[in-house]
Amino acid sequence: MSEEQIKNLEKQFEERIARDEKIEPKDWMPEKYRKTHIRQMSQHAHSEIIGMLPEGNWITRAPSLRRKVALLAKVQDEAGHGLYLYSACETLGVSRDELYEQLHSGKAKYSSIFNYPTITWADMGAIGWLVDGAAIINQVPLCNTSYGPYARAMIRVCKEESFHQRQGFEIMIKLANGTPEQKDMAQDALNRWWWPSLMMLGPTDAESIHTEQSMKWKLKRKSNDDLRQQFIDQTVPQAELIGLTIPDPDLKWNEERQSYDFGEINWDEFWQVVKGHGPMNKERMKARVNAWEEGEWVRDAAMAYAEKKQERKEKQVV
Amino acid sequence: MSKNWPLWEIFVRSKNGLEHRHFGSLHAADAEMALENARDVYTRRNEGVSIWVVESKNITASNPEHNGEMFEPAQDKVYRHPTFYDLPDEVKHM
Repeated sequence: MSEEQIKNLEKQFEERIARDEKIEPKDWMPEKYRKTHIRQMSQHAHSEIIGMLPEGNWITRAPSLRRKVALLAKVQDEAGHGLYLYSACETLGVSRDELYEQLHSGKAKYSSIFNYPTITWADMGAIGWLVDGAAIINQVPLCNTSYGPYARAMIRVCKEESFHQRQGFEIMIKLANGTPEQKDMAQDALNRWWWPSLMMLGPTDAESIHTEQSMKWKLKRKSNDDLRQQFIDQTVPQAELIGLTIPDPDLKWNEERQSYDFGEINWDEFWQVVKGHGPMNKERMKARVNAWEEGEWVRDAAMAYAEKKQERKEKQVV
Repeated sequence: MSKNWPLWEIFVRSKNGLEHRHFGSLHAADAEMALENARDVYTRRNEGVSIWVVESKNITASNPEHNGEMFEPAQDKVYRHPTFYDLPDEVKHM
């Protein structure tokens, strides 16, 4: 194809998206569109998979059966969400193995929030309430994104995710209304998860390199800073309702903006964690790679069994 | 070096009376495992009463680049629609 033809196709392509038409796997698309989608969708899938680890840590120690079944179901959903997203990503011509390889070699990123440890039961509450809360704010606009398979996966993810946040908030309510020790535990979890949750919504608009192109492709509908403000405005009253304090001395209602002003985010910490120096980066990666490597014989055995069965079937036909 | 599990396309009937609809895909060693995995991946909340699995390589798809020759011939055949035909006003339902 000549350069001019490609330019022409690109123009038509951008117009289709502007008209809110969906792009499907076999449609022509610019290479950059394909690459950007593989990157974002796979990061998203990796985050779901790694995101199971901090919570898996507490399944066996959940304080009641009610909490245990909820946590199990949540972690199972996350596995499911990872799978929806991986298979949506594969429609762009990348294999599952390549995607895993990118995760395991550290080439691909996942949400840095999962590089923090879960040291008390209250962390299960804080993660559901704050981390899933922030994730939902990020994900809802993606139900309308331009790439069909991604949008369809996100619709399913969003539908399932709202229970995740509610079960987390319920844990926090119970602890906040419990003994003084339980309330302290809830406050401590909020103190540790608040700032990383704000960071989770991504670097400030000034620092965000992908925003403009992503807006055009509807991979993003609102900027990181707008999403963060939305998250803060929605979460602060929830904390007040259950008598917990947001760990930000600069947090203040701004009557004029009808929004909360908030303190400075420690972006150095964010970039440190992104670069692999968070408290749990090594641990998470090790757990993931171990699970993959130690599962290899199972995958091989299943394949060998399937082939043997197939052969036997073919012999019978002859 | 291990062999990768093939890809399967999953179709789910959400209730009797409705058709099976494409839900997504997944990897599995064989059809039986694909069915079991599909149950766990796509019907955790009673989304289905029946599942079909088809190995992806067995699906032949039309090419969007040929959408012109493929679908446009139907565009100028308005006489296939009831509104193409003139009826006197007196005929209320037909």
